[in-house]
Amino acid sequence: MQPNDLERIARQIRLRDVQAVYEAGAGHIGGEMSAIDILTALYFRVLRIWPDQPKHPDRDRFVLSKGHVALALYITLAKRGFLPEEEISTFLKPHSRLNGHPNCNKVPGVETNTGPLGHGLPVAVGMAKAAKILSADYHTYVLTGDGEMQEGSNWEAISSAAQFGLNNLTLIIDHNRFQQGASLKETNDLAPFSSKLTSFGWDVTEINGNAMAEIVPALEKRGDRPHCIVAHTNKGHGISFMQDRADWHHRVPNAEQYKIAIAELSEAQS
Amino acid sequence: MNAISNAPKLHDCRDAFAATLERLGAENGRVVAVCNDSVGSSKLGGFKSQFPDRLINVGIAEQNMVGVGAGLANGGLLPFVCAAACFLTGRSLEQVKADIAYSNANVKLVGISSGMAYGELGPTHHSIEDFAWTRVLPNLPVIAPCDSIETAAAVEWAATFDGPVFLRLSRVGVPDLLPKDHVFQPGKADLLRDGDAVTLIANGTLTHRMVKAAEILAGEGIEARVLNMATVRPIDVEAVVAAVKDTGAILTAEEHSTYGGLGSAIAEVVVAEAPAPMKILGVPGIFAPTGSAEFLLDEFGMSPAAVAEAAKALIARKSGRG
Repeated sequence: MQPNDLERIARQIRLRDVQAVYEAGAGHIGGEMSAIDILTALYFRVLRIWPDQPKHPDRDRFVLSKGHVALALYITLAKRGFLPEEEISTFLKPHSRLNGHPNCNKVPGVETNTGPLGHGLPVAVGMAKAAKILSADYHTYVLTGDGEMQEGSNWEAISSAAQFGLNNLTLIIDHNRFQQGASLKETNDLAPFSSKLTSFGWDVTEINGNAMAEIVPALEKRGDRPHCIVAHTNKGHGISFMQDRADWHHRVPNAEQYKIAIAELSEAQS
Repeated sequence: MNAISNAPKLHDCRDAFAATLERLGAENGRVVAVCNDSVGSSKLGGFKSQFPDRLINVGIAEQNMVGVGAGLANGGLLPFVCAAACFLTGRSLEQVKADIAYSNANVKLVGISSGMAYGELGPTHHSIEDFAWTRVLPNLPVIAPCDSIETAAAVEWAATFDGPVFLRLSRVGVPDLLPKDHVFQPGKADLLRDGDAVTLIANGTLTHRMVKAAEILAGEGIEARVLNMATVRPIDVEAVVAAVKDTGAILTAEEHSTYGGLGSAIAEVVVAEAPAPMKILGVPGIFAPTGSAEFLLDEFGMSPAAVAEAAKALIARKSGRG
């Protein structure tokens, strides 16, 4: 699949995401827009997966540590054949298996339950360590938010990944520079991430996380050490009035804003 | 001299745990041990020397330890995550909730030196809250074996059970109480002695004290039923209801806070299914003072003699004379 095809799929996922947030009246739209290009590249190009066998032992593992952007994952999984696309309309509805954070026991393709931040990376370290012990050749990917890196558990895991020599682990930090309440800079600014990860013994690649041509080679990169991709992204990417605005972390567009968002995303598609 | 030579041999249940884990490790290459710089205190030295590649020491990082355990299980391994119970459950409770219980990960959590085993080190190192914290979590059986035989049997069972388990072990020496061929049945209490005046229920380090209390009561012509109830979740509803029906009163004792532990779990059944007088012995909702585990258990009214006295007071309440 070529970058152009991936960009087309990412736009379709964005459109469905905006629509689902608007219809459900809730969601984490800003962080979904920033992460969708990465999810698209993973599921439509990079991951070795079998949608009809979601527990296949040789599958690559992907952990969505920023579990609050579950909707973007659900849409991606549905588009990739893990669940019916029409099921997206049940998002957040009573008894839907698609709640606000992903559930691995209900949704095929979800590897572990996330939601509280700082959980996905330690679990991913365990997955990668298991592959080493079993001489399995699957690769483990984990996507965290940049604000999420404020959780101390991540740094416990970063340290152990280097200690264990997990060159089969790729951490992607969705560096959109905003957390729920404000920018990282105004809150607890861990940036720059690159020097910190390097000093912990990781390889680091910095990319534009909304540019397919940069995302794919970074995800496919292999080396001798655990790999961190610092993905510089825009919160609300693709929708002009949401871009880089902290208040679009989990706002819901009104009718007028919805119309503009759909128009902008559709225009980009044509 | 006679009394000393007749005293039962006491066992550190960690030895039975370690020996069983090593045997399981030899039989099954997927068995791995995960710890937090606790190779010695978890008695994993033997496992480490036999299976160095399957001993995963994450260092002093309990949140990571539990998450790594969940990831290892996802990768197809059978992890036993071992750490001092106070840190395993307290420090990483959210990981236990989300990564293990809610995700239904096939991880065996082994809380070592639970209760007040680290007596003199003080309340930071006591784990007298862990029943309360873990038994509210769906999917997670909570088990506190009473002796080395039950410890080995419970570890054996946990390895065959497809799902998370919390095993709560102690380092305080206890005599063997169950028959050598005991097979662990989750959620099933063991009848150690029968009687009709009152039922004494305990687990872990308290079960043998209950047996002794029952012997004291028998000396006074009072026959007490003694149940070992290792499984705190799921609680043995049938045994509790039968205890009320047959004996009319229940006394519980545990190396845990009186809030939210074994006694509370039993009281929930009693209130709903078979109301009867009850007494819950344990640490009475305070941070314990300095002292060894044995000293503190006595201090909080759980010596066999004190338990026998509490049982008599409870029997009096049962018949309306109290």
